Amino acid sequence: MEALFYNADDGYLEGIVRGYRSSILTNSAYINLTQCETLEDVKLQLSASDYGPILQNEPHMSTSMLSQKCTDKMVQEFEYIRAHAVAPLQQFLDYMTYAYMIDNVILLITGTLHERDTRELLDRCHPLGVFDSMPALCVATNVAELYNSVLVETPLAPYFKDCLSAEDLDEMNIEIIRNTLYKAYLEDFFSFSQTFGGPTAEIMAELLQFEADRRSLNITINSFGTELTKDDRAKLFPHIGRLYPEGNLKLAKADDVDQVKATCDVFLEYRQFFDSMSGATKTLEDRFFEYEVHLNKKSFQQQFHYAIFYSFLKLKEQEIRNIVWISECISQGQKERINNYIPIF
Amino acid sequence: MSGANNRLAVFPTRMTLSVMKQKLKGAQTGHSLLKRKSEALTKRFRDIVKKIDDAKRLMGKVMQVASFSLAEVTYITGDIGYQVQESVKNAQFRVRAKQENVSGVMLPVFESYQEGANANELTGLGRGGQQVQKCKDTYIKAVETLVELASLQTAFVILDEVIKLTNRRVNAIEHIIIPRYENTITHIISELDEQDREEFFRLKKVQGKKKQAAARDTLEREARQAEEAAQRSAGSGDAALTGKGSGHSADASGHSVAASGHSADASGHSVAGSDHTATASLSEPGDLLGGDDEDVIF
Repeated sequence: MEALFYNADDGYLEGIVRGYRSSILTNSAYINLTQCETLEDVKLQLSASDYGPILQNEPHMSTSMLSQKCTDKMVQEFEYIRAHAVAPLQQFLDYMTYAYMIDNVILLITGTLHERDTRELLDRCHPLGVFDSMPALCVATNVAELYNSVLVETPLAPYFKDCLSAEDLDEMNIEIIRNTLYKAYLEDFFSFSQTFGGPTAEIMAELLQFEADRRSLNITINSFGTELTKDDRAKLFPHIGRLYPEGNLKLAKADDVDQVKATCDVFLEYRQFFDSMSGATKTLEDRFFEYEVHLNKKSFQQQFHYAIFYSFLKLKEQEIRNIVWISECISQGQKERINNYIPIF
Repeated sequence: MSGANNRLAVFPTRMTLSVMKQKLKGAQTGHSLLKRKSEALTKRFRDIVKKIDDAKRLMGKVMQVASFSLAEVTYITGDIGYQVQESVKNAQFRVRAKQENVSGVMLPVFESYQEGANANELTGLGRGGQQVQKCKDTYIKAVETLVELASLQTAFVILDEVIKLTNRRVNAIEHIIIPRYENTITHIISELDEQDREEFFRLKKVQGKKKQAAARDTLEREARQAEEAAQRSAGSGDAALTGKGSGHSADASGHSVAASGHSADASGHSVAGSDHTATASLSEPGDLLGGDDEDVIF
């Protein structure tokens, strides 16, 4: 049924996204980029790609500028899609921006806690996570006020309401707040995507489950040797991943990387992440990125579903990371690690 | 600079001479001490220069690694700069200043140490936490290198100044003070010699005069005795004459003037004789001055 009416509302946008997808840099483009000696060469190489026009009028190349421009381009493309979307795709796209919104809100809360001028923080916010009432956050002077006057209006309010109290906001480590919110967001997004049914639910489930598991694993590994207790750690694990529930339970009790590895041994897809971790040039994060790219690429294999919008954004992000990494390697003269980027197509 | 006439304005006395000699000795001791100090400092200075060179090279490498690890963090977690800045309440990495004594020069030494909890241990919890910690560690190393370099640089500047100062002192003592004392001492010695010679000549003169006076006395006495003998023989028994001897004695005195005139001749004649006795008497002070000098003096 879905395929029957899909094109009526979303066919145009899917076409657009597939068009954007084909503009994603190919492996040969990356190989050319890695051969560059200076950032000017990078600019030259990119001029043939979609990034050409935005870099054309930049007299001085720098990695931060490059990252800024590429992000702008991505945001511009995303905003175009969002502007043309109708419900329920519109809501789906909004959900995608919530992740950035969480980061922005956390940034503003950090600023508020330290009584900084929040105005300057607004410049640092991710453009995808901007929401209308965000400048109003600058008015709030303490966190309770922040929640009551501003956050309650935003789509993030339920996450705050369910997980945190005003005291928590004042006392808890900001990173824990961020991860709690993110957990709630992932669970919410998951249940939302499942309402679509069909390929959207199927593919989004896979993507979000991986995202959730990746967070669980990262939190576990990164919390070794810190003040984060095992109970607190367990609270941060999203309840949707493939690791949930027994994997998460084991992770909550893990004390070192070997135990994490043992936990993941049961899961075929995750086992490879820990294979020959020592001695390999690729870090765990690199492997996660690789697998994420693989999953996102797969979502383009099917038609008539919303997951390609999500996948496109993720792939574009990865592409920006790759470009910035390569140009960073070139500008710092560290060519030996330049091949650590994740090729997409 | 060190003119030959450069000397202290002092009175040439034996006491000043001994004081000057003491001062010269002091200056020489001081010179050798300062020279040794300067050498010790120079040695230390060279060490520091070498260490600075090493540290600077190391710093280049360490900073490169550090900034690259930051690039890695940015690759994985995005921009965390603001978050890191805000989560820090107290400095964990601190610097303490100590002082080190090198040949009397106080050199500040900076020592880095870590204190307090890691404020950023949860940064990047959901993503890239390991890279964040790695980046933190590499930057700590980089800052350690910087601190080390800073203390070396400070020592470098201070030592440079002290070495210049010491060398200036050494040179001043060697080329100004010591020659000045030496000049003063030779001056005093020559002055003292001169005084000695003057004194001796004066003594000699006095002695000559005394000799002349003595010779004249002898002649006069002899003349008087001869006269007395003649009178005694001429007026023997003429006791009355001796009774109004006062008038006669006036004559005798008139006669004695002629006798003294004669004795002047006699003294002129006796110069050769007295000369001889003078030489004999002089042989004593002549020995004092050294026999060779005799002819020159007289």
